[in-house]
Amino acid sequence: MPEPQNPFDDGRQAVAPGGGAGGGFDLAAEEAGTLDKVPGQGGGGDLSEKPRSLWSDAWRDLRRNPIFIISALIILFLIFISLWPGVLASQDPLQADLSKAQQGSGPGHPFGYDQQGRDVYTRVIYGARASVTVGVCATLGVVILGSALGGLAGYFGGWWDAILSRISDVFFGIPVILGGLVFLSVITNSTVWPVVGFMILLGWPQIARIARGSVITAKQNDYVQAARALGAGNKRILLRHIAPNALAPVIVVGTIALGTYISLEATLSYLGVGLRPPTVSWGIDISDASSQIRNAPHMLLWPAGALSLTVLAFIMLGDAVRDALDPKLR
Amino acid sequence: MGRYVIRRLLQMIPVFIGSTFLIFFMVYALGDPVAALFGDRAPDPATAARIRADLHLNDPLWKQYLLYMGNIFRGDFGTAFNGQPVTELLRSAYPITIRLTIVAILFEIVIGITLGVVTGMKRGRPIDTGALLLTLIVVSIPTFVIGYVLQYLFGVKLKWVSPSVSPSAPFNELILPGLVLALVSLAYVTRLTRTSVAENTRADYVRTAVAKGLPRRRVVVRHLLRNSLIPVVTFIGTDIGALMGGAIVTERIYNIHGVGFQLYQGILRNNAPTVVGFVTILVLVFLLANLLVDLLYAVLDPRIRYA
Amino acid sequence: MRGATRLKWAVCATAVALAAVGCGSSSDDSGGGGGSGSGVVRASWGDPQNPLEPADTNEVQGGKVLDMIFRGLKKYDPKTGKATDMIADSITTTDSQNFDIKIKPDWTFSNGEKVTADSFINAWNYGALLKNAQLNAYFFQYIDGYDKVHPDSEGAKSTATTLSGLTKVSDTEFKVKLNQKFSTFPDTLGYSAYYPLPKAFFDDHANWLKKPIGNGPYTVQSYQKGSQMSLKKWDGYKGPDPAQNGGVDLRVYTDNNTAYTDLQAGNLDLVDDIPASQLKNVKSDLGDRYINQPAGIIQTLAFPLYNSRWSAADSAKVRQGLSMAINRKQITDQIFQQTRTPATDWTSPVLGDSGGFKEGLCGDECTYNPTKAKQLIQEGGGLPGGSITIGYNADTGSHKEWVDAVCNSINNVLGNNKACVGAPTGTFADFRNKITNKQMNNPFRSGWQMDYPLIQNFLQPLYFTNASSNDSHYSNANFDKLVNEANAEPDTAKAVSLFQDAEKQLVKDMPAIPLWYQNGSAGYSDKVSNVLLNPFSVPVYNEIKVN
Repeated sequence: MPEPQNPFDDGRQAVAPGGGAGGGFDLAAEEAGTLDKVPGQGGGGDLSEKPRSLWSDAWRDLRRNPIFIISALIILFLIFISLWPGVLASQDPLQADLSKAQQGSGPGHPFGYDQQGRDVYTRVIYGARASVTVGVCATLGVVILGSALGGLAGYFGGWWDAILSRISDVFFGIPVILGGLVFLSVITNSTVWPVVGFMILLGWPQIARIARGSVITAKQNDYVQAARALGAGNKRILLRHIAPNALAPVIVVGTIALGTYISLEATLSYLGVGLRPPTVSWGIDISDASSQIRNAPHMLLWPAGALSLTVLAFIMLGDAVRDALDPKLR
Repeated sequence: MGRYVIRRLLQMIPVFIGSTFLIFFMVYALGDPVAALFGDRAPDPATAARIRADLHLNDPLWKQYLLYMGNIFRGDFGTAFNGQPVTELLRSAYPITIRLTIVAILFEIVIGITLGVVTGMKRGRPIDTGALLLTLIVVSIPTFVIGYVLQYLFGVKLKWVSPSVSPSAPFNELILPGLVLALVSLAYVTRLTRTSVAENTRADYVRTAVAKGLPRRRVVVRHLLRNSLIPVVTFIGTDIGALMGGAIVTERIYNIHGVGFQLYQGILRNNAPTVVGFVTILVLVFLLANLLVDLLYAVLDPRIRYA
Repeated sequence: MRGATRLKWAVCATAVALAAVGCGSSSDDSGGGGGSGSGVVRASWGDPQNPLEPADTNEVQGGKVLDMIFRGLKKYDPKTGKATDMIADSITTTDSQNFDIKIKPDWTFSNGEKVTADSFINAWNYGALLKNAQLNAYFFQYIDGYDKVHPDSEGAKSTATTLSGLTKVSDTEFKVKLNQKFSTFPDTLGYSAYYPLPKAFFDDHANWLKKPIGNGPYTVQSYQKGSQMSLKKWDGYKGPDPAQNGGVDLRVYTDNNTAYTDLQAGNLDLVDDIPASQLKNVKSDLGDRYINQPAGIIQTLAFPLYNSRWSAADSAKVRQGLSMAINRKQITDQIFQQTRTPATDWTSPVLGDSGGFKEGLCGDECTYNPTKAKQLIQEGGGLPGGSITIGYNADTGSHKEWVDAVCNSINNVLGNNKACVGAPTGTFADFRNKITNKQMNNPFRSGWQMDYPLIQNFLQPLYFTNASSNDSHYSNANFDKLVNEANAEPDTAKAVSLFQDAEKQLVKDMPAIPLWYQNGSAGYSDKVSNVLLNPFSVPVYNEIKVN
């Protein structure tokens, strides 16, 4: 058993607040004051390095984690085809030859044709841009807004909690379809951003409640009481002691939600308020293919496969990050 | 504790007013419902004006809202466009949807948590990878496709169940639709439980419990699970509303005339009384569910207390 | 101890929640399953959008029920679509404007009340009166006095409660005076808005709506709004077309695909709307228990002629070019699996040649010709602004597929993959509002389901100046003149020919591009036989035999 390096793990920091793993949370480092400047002394390793923060520890861990490497490679690949889809697909994703509708794969068309006689392979490559942008940006937005508001509600409790939670209840009550029709139908020339904004608007309450629950549990921990007893400010306690420990459920929900946002984009398109042609997206193609499941399952298989790969990459990334942040697993 | 509960119940009043107004406003923003009544034909102005007057659509928004709220307090939720009182729709749709939701949540609890505990204790083993694959499938294949394929398989090919649910929708007919409805949430519950369990298996108190020689089962249920459940319980609490109001696809596939279906109809036809009536009840359900979840926090983690 | 109190509170809250469920679930006393009793047809249905009043029902689902529980003066023959006398004994006129209607004496409503001239006059007056806000009120617009009972302008009050053009002669005879010449008026009288109503409708309106009483071959046995209606054969029915089965159970389906799956599983006998996604499988699933036949429905692309993009002198050339750029045959084959037929005029094959359908009337302008199409569009100044969209509503029907296909066809002709894209609107209500308020800038989908099988019904409401469904706001003096002449012409063949002359004006101006004629499609189980669809694509329920 390596000796505990975690400032949150036991009572050590109550005794020696600057000691142990030192560091803490990067975000807090700027205003963390003198305590941070005390050099870390924990854990064997390169003493020549700067004081090891939780995050630099995590990063060291990540780099050695094969799961992280695989997921990072997949994500880099997705970013690559989002930026330069033409490198891997030479055809036009909009070119349709209806006489070939729903045909299976053939030379030059490895994934076959869709309902309109368009090349499925080309559309899968070109669909990445819109889908990955929607999935990643909506998830980031929801996670940031949701965990900030939920964290505050959980940490401060009382009126803060009452007001923030009740606002989130009202937002929960808005049916997605109604919201979509009201907020998105006024914007006729759809780029991805209104769709992303809409998803953040309706998505944050869920993450907020998850974060609030985690923070309520985390703030009961002894080390938090200890930090408070030592006169640490709210900001410091929240960011350094509570946030890293409350993050796991948020990561889990966020990574799965990423996939559901990509699908939700299709639902919005199906309702006539989402992305519009000539935009190409996996979501739209999945939704178009759904009704043809008995006739041409290949139309569904490829874009859904691409979506699966994306979700897999982010779930793996989430797992790796979470493990890296959890000292007990080291 | 009692005071906390009472305070939370009192908070329902502003939420009730806020959400009814918001939804009322949103349906209002959808536009004029009258033209659609005439089908592909331009409405004749006199009839359209008459219908608008009957529905108070010419009044300013605030007046329509006050009128509507006034009626609600007299137990009148207004009328849907096919002439049915909304209270009647509420009475027929909610019991069905609540039964469907109960089935879905039972699936989430039983399958999701079991699978989560098993995968959390056996990380990286084949069962963990299998659960991950299932997660990917339910996230990336639309509910419509999974629902339809299962319906076709069990209803037409194997003839185990009837493909559609009868109007009375008893529990036994809702098992398949409930499972389909729960699928995406199952993925969340499984992975949330897995993560918490994986974290807590290494916690001191679990090691202590094992060291004390407590039976494995008792360690898992009493110590490990109890402390891992808070995120899961939170998620299920938030999911109740999504399951009840958002079951549109599942309800369509299995011909269930529940809340999702009625809400969808009401929205498409810009029918404010239907939409506001259904959403109002939904919001009340969220509030109760959230209260329940908060109270469960205190049961699961004795350090949490409410004043 | 504290833990215990907390638990108690949690339990209490749960109990409250469960109690709410409990009182809800105890109220389900509906007779689920139901209806496999001898001789009953189990058929799919959609929730009617309006209360089931004859003059307030303007869509197919409510119309189905009305056609089962009512009979009117005329009935459209299920096979030929010809209007034949039902309750009417004779309808005569000398001037195409004053009609003398005699009715057969032995008809009764299912509650025993006799069907008399008053049953019609009262029903029509009710339907026309503004106060009752009936959606089909405009059907009475040709009857003298309509403008007093139902003034046209917004906010106006009616100055009479009865139509002055309707006069009772005796219990079995009444006269109708029209406000214009309309030679084919008697043939419109098979439409549901003209059905007679019993006294119970006026005396006890609320109860009548719960369980409508009519004079047709079926009576309503039970009606659970939103889920199902059981109709029973009425043994007292003395008309010439009594029900050949014991009754019909109509079940509301939220999705036609579910109804189709239920049919495959043997839980349903008749589905009258085969989902588009199953059209490829329907022959292997059902064999010869599948009907696909023409119905009186045409789909078009209408242009907003009021918009400057489409009002230029040469704009007709662009519209003609667009029409020639659409490969109708390929789209009806690949997208619709031949449940649509490429359109070559603005009417419908169900009219028959004598009724005014003329194949190829539109000529080259409705025939796919990529070279000519491109040339015409260029001659007309190209697409306005370089690109167009095709508007449709996303909530009903699956329009996206064919709109995308039409756009792709146009794009391929023009060699520009962004020249035409589909433009969905979320709801039908929003879509209709934009059209009614003249807010369209680009072509949009338009469809017409005939009210009665007359060529007049395909032309006048849609293209006559300021007509009720003239969504393009097309106005052409020559067209209007020919339609008026046709309406005044007592000889049917001559009238039809005049209507066709008017139609030829549409080829020149192309206010709407004819796309395809829609077929009615239905599938049925092996438990029933003699299933057919009428020209309105509604199953003829009373003819169905249960094996």
